[in-house]
Amino acid sequence: MYRYDEFDAQFVAERTAQFRDQANRRLSGALTEDEFRPLRLMNGLYLQLHAYMLRVAIPYGTFSGKQMHQLAMIADKYDRGYGHFTTRQNIQYNWIKLEDTADILQALADVEMHAIQTSGNCIRNVTTDHWAGAAADEIADPRPVGELIRQWSSLHPEFSYLPRKFKIAITGAPTDRAAVRVHDIGLRLHKNLAGQNGWEVMVGGGQGRTPLIAVTVRDFLPENELIGYLEAIMRVYNLYGRRDNKYKARIKILVHEIGAEKFRAEVEAEYAKHPAQQTQVEEAELARIAKYFAAPDFETLPRMSNRLDMARLANPDFKRWTKNNLAAHFKDGYAIVNISLKPVGGIPGDATSEQMRVMADLAKTYSFDELRVSHAQNIVLPHVKLDDVFAVWQKLSEHDLAAANYGLAGDIIACPGLDYCSLATARAIPIAQAISRKFADVDVQENYGALKINISGCINACGHHHVGHIGILGLDKKGEEYYQITLGGSSSENASIGNILGPGFAAHEVPEAIENILSTYVKLRQGKAEDFLSAYRRLGAKPFKEALYAAA
Amino acid sequence: MSTQEKGQVMTANRLGDGEVVFLTRAGVWSEKIDDAALVQEPLALAAIDARAAQDAKANLITGQYLFDAARVDGRIRADHIRERIRTLGPTVREDLGKQSEGKAGAFAAVEL
Repeated sequence: MYRYDEFDAQFVAERTAQFRDQANRRLSGALTEDEFRPLRLMNGLYLQLHAYMLRVAIPYGTFSGKQMHQLAMIADKYDRGYGHFTTRQNIQYNWIKLEDTADILQALADVEMHAIQTSGNCIRNVTTDHWAGAAADEIADPRPVGELIRQWSSLHPEFSYLPRKFKIAITGAPTDRAAVRVHDIGLRLHKNLAGQNGWEVMVGGGQGRTPLIAVTVRDFLPENELIGYLEAIMRVYNLYGRRDNKYKARIKILVHEIGAEKFRAEVEAEYAKHPAQQTQVEEAELARIAKYFAAPDFETLPRMSNRLDMARLANPDFKRWTKNNLAAHFKDGYAIVNISLKPVGGIPGDATSEQMRVMADLAKTYSFDELRVSHAQNIVLPHVKLDDVFAVWQKLSEHDLAAANYGLAGDIIACPGLDYCSLATARAIPIAQAISRKFADVDVQENYGALKINISGCINACGHHHVGHIGILGLDKKGEEYYQITLGGSSSENASIGNILGPGFAAHEVPEAIENILSTYVKLRQGKAEDFLSAYRRLGAKPFKEALYAAA
Repeated sequence: MSTQEKGQVMTANRLGDGEVVFLTRAGVWSEKIDDAALVQEPLALAAIDARAAQDAKANLITGQYLFDAARVDGRIRADHIRERIRTLGPTVREDLGKQSEGKAGAFAAVEL
């Protein structure tokens, strides 16, 4: 995991002191709200429905037990004993006081964390595959490049006042778990026939009110050219991106207005202006960063674990959880443990301070002190010995952290919605809870198979509804909440934007509508091997529309 | 619902801690919507507007705006669900916010 060097530490300390001064000047009246708002946003502090909200960066979703303990401390001391893990691999606190914020930023800085670039029209916190450095299918760990981009983009003066916010996602595996095609820039690692690594550069994806899939502008960019090339993209965007209309200011609008060909030509022309030898990242610097992400000291273990197999045989609940929540590790004798933050009827992504401490301690004892947060709002212990999995599960079970629904119908993404967010048009969490209760039986969920139900409480799509296999968007119709359903979205390597099925539903009608869609799928699928998304792609919307609206 | 007196309520967040507050007839900010002035007359609206702007300048509150509401059976009901949620706290955590602190409005976010 990346450790701050003296420059990082000094930089974050200075930033915290600067914010303390700004907050004091705001409280004393020396700064007006209009002057202060952009300053607080640059430090992740929003004003939401009930209080201030602080969004804390977890770069590329990786953090340590010590850092998780500090997040728990902040939840207890400055908030209401819990935090909300988000689709941006961040954590948000919902009940923050402006008066406390500088102290919180100091507490974060004490464990090498901050809230910089979690807001504002800058390059935001880089997100990545939550199984990075552990997944069996990975070509290479993308986090060193993520860290390189973080260092390059943090407070980059040229890119601090972009037309709009800018999100970069990165994956080192062929299976895309980082949703790279729906980010402003997506980076995917490939290996060529000569065995060299290179990055596919995708630009212009995004969700929000104009959902678009990114286009590939380079198929295979050598790693040491990455920063120079990203800089060229940013310059073209900074120059041509629209600043007259907030809703047309993202790079996706530019790319799709002028067309991929013209955009690519502009980027290549800009890139050609700067000789490669001046912009290339030095091998030594890449190697220095990569060292921080070196694989932990794995033991040499057999592929199978008798202890795990015995525990599975003896305990059906555990067996089921291992089936759904474990993923293949590249190292024999280890597994990736996915902790679902989606108990039946729970609030997706919420964890109490006590649960945070439990997960922190498990990471320390069993996973080389490493944790990950996923964009699906779950926590990952990336490197657990198969022999230890049962002990981990037992501890998780004691703290309502052992939901066996990872990747199933109960593993729902939901934004905070109108329960917390000042931008929301409808609530998202109660819909997630109602669906989760309806499919509480994991047998039912397993029958439905791999499924992503994503819920957003407004058009801004923080709940990723456009790329849910089933997406739900909460809207406001004359003061009443109603919900639009989309089908066929995907954020994986075969990314697609979901299609709106038809007229919306009242909140209480949504769970039944989802059940109806899933029953239709079960009836029409070509065996269980055909998952919901594949069946939808084969069948189209028609049978689902008929099932939903025929009765009306 | 019985007799309704319609009008608008001035709301904001308190600057220091972000707490949701409402402007009262006495010109102070209360955490309870039932203390709020429900205002209809243009002159009165202009007066609470001016008061809010002044208090924003004096660093008491921030983000002030008016919302539509009505007095129902002596209690103030915000027309929109968003404002009703602001008078209560999150509907999914009844242990948090005004609803858990004896400062709640009388009307549920969603009436069944």
